[in-house]
Amino acid sequence: MSPVDALSTLLLAVSLFFFTAGTIGLVRLPDVHSRLHALTKADNVGLGCVVLAVLLQASDWTEGFKLVLIWFLVLAAATNVSFLIAGGTGKRDHDDREGDGR
Amino acid sequence: MNGAPLELFLLVGAALFACGAAGVFRDAEPLRRVIAVNIMGSGVFLLLVAIAARGGGDRPDPVPHAMVLTGIVVAVCATGVALVLADLSGGEEGDDDDGERS
Amino acid sequence: MTIVQLFDALLALLLLWLAWRAVTDAVLFRAVVSFVALGLVLALTWFRLQAPDLALAEAAVGSGLTGALMLAALRRRSDRSSPTPEGPVKGAALRQLPGWVLAFVIFGALSWAVLSLPIPAQGLTEEAHASLEKSGVTNPVTAVLLNYRSYDTLLEIGVLLLAVVAVWSLRVAPRLRPGSPSGPLLEGLLRFLIPLLIITGGYLLWIGAFAPGGAFQGGALLGGACVLVLLGGLTVGPMTGRIVLLRTGLWAGLAVFIAVGLGAMTSDRWFLEYPVERAKLLILLIETAALISIGLTLGCLFYGGRPESGSSDRSSP
Repeated sequence: MSPVDALSTLLLAVSLFFFTAGTIGLVRLPDVHSRLHALTKADNVGLGCVVLAVLLQASDWTEGFKLVLIWFLVLAAATNVSFLIAGGTGKRDHDDREGDGR
Repeated sequence: MNGAPLELFLLVGAALFACGAAGVFRDAEPLRRVIAVNIMGSGVFLLLVAIAARGGGDRPDPVPHAMVLTGIVVAVCATGVALVLADLSGGEEGDDDDGERS
Repeated sequence: MTIVQLFDALLALLLLWLAWRAVTDAVLFRAVVSFVALGLVLALTWFRLQAPDLALAEAAVGSGLTGALMLAALRRRSDRSSPTPEGPVKGAALRQLPGWVLAFVIFGALSWAVLSLPIPAQGLTEEAHASLEKSGVTNPVTAVLLNYRSYDTLLEIGVLLLAVVAVWSLRVAPRLRPGSPSGPLLEGLLRFLIPLLIITGGYLLWIGAFAPGGAFQGGALLGGACVLVLLGGLTVGPMTGRIVLLRTGLWAGLAVFIAVGLGAMTSDRWFLEYPVERAKLLILLIETAALISIGLTLGCLFYGGRPESGSSDRSSP
């Protein structure tokens, strides 16, 4: 097994650990906020490790770019979704939308 | 990726279809029926894709793939219409004798 | 047992377990979530079975959009009626028995039927690949969809339009219930996500000719962008002028398809028989119009009704 493959495998194993930790947190923690905390952090790091592992195997830079873009998009989406689930309102001081009841 | 155990996936497809069929008769709640019918659809898709993969090697039969793609899109359209109908038919329905639960 | 066999077994178990939960879970929300998860595992299965085009479509449409539709319906349902206590229905087991018996019978018959099919078998693989040079594209699924079986796809686009007509005929769109106000975080996300979705949809459309992708997958992304616009409350201003644009976009796909089909008949060809040297261009033309229609249709399905005409602001509250 070449060193690159070995490193990829190691990264995948690490990501497995993080995903498992996140899932255990999801199942065992008592309330929404702590579960969100566990899930967002652990899963995103896990995904980062997976992306790194696959990045090492990528054939050219366009594939690598797409992989990093995927990771970034998941980060952005997970952040926002966690925020929304946690009930973040982000109220603004002024509202310039007419009839906006939100 | 070769050597997919097609018998296994054929059985799973049949099982999904049967599960969905049971779900349709299980409860009169419209949303559940929509879910159940969608699962039946997924079962059929799995059957078609497994049938398409029978050729072995790297080139599956593209015709069932096209059918399934069409099916996925049509299924979501039907789901959209069904959900509007479910909204309009009201929340309570079904032949519950006690009226305790819709 | 090899790793791959283990993976397949795990996949099969996951599919069955999620389907079971989606059908039998007492809490409807959990059933919907199981269904969405089933869609994602199914997308993985499509990839395993060498159907990447399907994986793209399933993840976007089958799981994502259908999940959004169901969650919206679930919310409207809970808004409408007081939450009924969910739990096992009285006398449920006996009443459900015929359903399960039927399920068993269906499973038995279907398994027997599909397992009697010959494995391996060629199907139409050879024929499909043999005519690829003449079809104008090199992705066989796209060739089947937009050339060999283009009539089916034409009708499918017709079904899309029909679904919007049905939903619009049924009711005026319900107001999206005010949730928490969208703050700078969500707006920041949407500001770059929606243009990215549109660009990626176009990208999928373009590469659909020679790699997994195509009009449907791109249209699904566009539909996702429409849903985000609706959810993020980004529609501003009166809809009146926009309705015409919306209607045009909705029937453009079908219209272009039929026009191309009829146009092909001018030189003593059949309906939808593209001239071989123009096939690539015509397919691209049809797919572009279809992309717009599909995206707008999915957005309209999510909207759940016809837009209120008139001067009232239709932006979600």
